[in-house]
Amino acid sequence: MDVGIVSYGAYVPRYRITPSEIGRIWGIDGEAMGKGLLIHMKSVPSPDEDVITIATEAARNMMSRCSVDPKDIGAIYVGSESHPYAVKPSGTIVAETICATPNMTAADLEFACKAGTAGIQMCMGLVGSGMIRYGVAIGADTSQGAPGDALEYSASAGGAAYLIGSEKMIARINKTLSYTTDTPDFWRREGSPYPSHGGRFTGEPAYFKHIGSAARMMMSEMGTKPTDYNYAVFHQPNGKFPTRIAKELGFTDEQIKDGLLTPFIGNTYSGSVPLGLASVLDRAKPNDRIFVVAYGSGAGSDAFDITVTEEIEKYDRSKAPTVAERLKDTVQLDYGKYAKFKGKIMMG
Amino acid sequence: MSVARHWRETPGRYNLIGTKCGSCGKVYFPRRSLCPECRRASMGKMESYKLKDEGIVFTYSIIHEAPADNNALKPYAVAMIMTDDGVLITGQLVDVDLDKVEIGMPVRAVLRKLGEDGPSGVINYGYKFAPKK
Ligand SMILES: [Zn+2]
Repeated sequence: MDVGIVSYGAYVPRYRITPSEIGRIWGIDGEAMGKGLLIHMKSVPSPDEDVITIATEAARNMMSRCSVDPKDIGAIYVGSESHPYAVKPSGTIVAETICATPNMTAADLEFACKAGTAGIQMCMGLVGSGMIRYGVAIGADTSQGAPGDALEYSASAGGAAYLIGSEKMIARINKTLSYTTDTPDFWRREGSPYPSHGGRFTGEPAYFKHIGSAARMMMSEMGTKPTDYNYAVFHQPNGKFPTRIAKELGFTDEQIKDGLLTPFIGNTYSGSVPLGLASVLDRAKPNDRIFVVAYGSGAGSDAFDITVTEEIEKYDRSKAPTVAERLKDTVQLDYGKYAKFKGKIMMG
Repeated sequence: MSVARHWRETPGRYNLIGTKCGSCGKVYFPRRSLCPECRRASMGKMESYKLKDEGIVFTYSIIHEAPADNNALKPYAVAMIMTDDGVLITGQLVDVDLDKVEIGMPVRAVLRKLGEDGPSGVINYGYKFAPKK
């Protein structure tokens, strides 16, 4: 059975802060830092936003673009490393807000930045086996970097939701595969507010090895080469890594530019590849082929080979804001307001 | 408010579910079990009704002294919203510059945190209103 994307929706909070403003506080040349990371600014959630509200906005945008009855949704998976509750699934609340309860299953997923794409794979299995008619996979995060840490310049907030099914698909997922190993490049222990990372260790043996391996496996199994794809989306912890891996694999800047959002919103972790793919789907045409590889520290990569269908011509993308529309009308914060928004100030 | 009381309000808080009187057709939000106009005639005829999630600012006020839950957001605007089905709801305005708030401004309902019962307590979610793009 063919399985694919029936609808999608994206959400990015309105507030922004620049690397130079963060650097100003810590006595670091933030502008140079931003240039090095290829991050002009990052998104910041409002104090009343979290993964549940971001996932809800993305899921509601997804539902408003299609005519699927929410009661036909059989599963909801929310992938995040910043679920508001340690125990109490985000997915239950999101399911309620799109009126999909109660005849369905839900679970929260964690796999650093690839928990959202892991959810897409789970939904593909359930739909493909006939267990459910539609499944929802969401990747969303409100990531935190410790004050003064390198991660503070990139860790941001946002998310996207995907309705996976086998009817009226706007994009068919031709194949998915993963590459997973035990690699301690980035972690956070239960109860610690901020993550730790392996410094330089996060590049070569982690991001580049996993994305490179999954990407090469996919092209070898599909018998494809980079020029067969119109677009490519790679996990984007900064702007530099995806640009470099694309070049190494033989993809051009032209192929990755529409799915590369980090320069304008920072690293949205589990939201990163789902938002990049949403930005591509915002402009995709029938028969466009999209190459996607997510990466999650710990570590693993999920690759997808996707073909846009004729159905996208009938699909009303204007029923919800596009990613580009969410990047307009932003408000720049100074560090003081940012610290207040992110709850970095101890009260009493 | 107790966890159970909050929980009973979630259909309204999350999805703007009110009630419609099956006798006179009037819509109520929050939910009511009896229509105050039809009284006995509405018994057993009150149906769940999902309000339109879009509307306009009917009137508003800027809040400078906020309850603790909203301290990080102040100053902010609270508005009476006239939904597209003609029902008045009170809610906070978000993602808007206060000098741009005006009567008649189109808005839509969004889900936000309303507050939480301390750092280890339950988090309450519900509608607020953002400018319609
Ligand atoms: Zn009545």
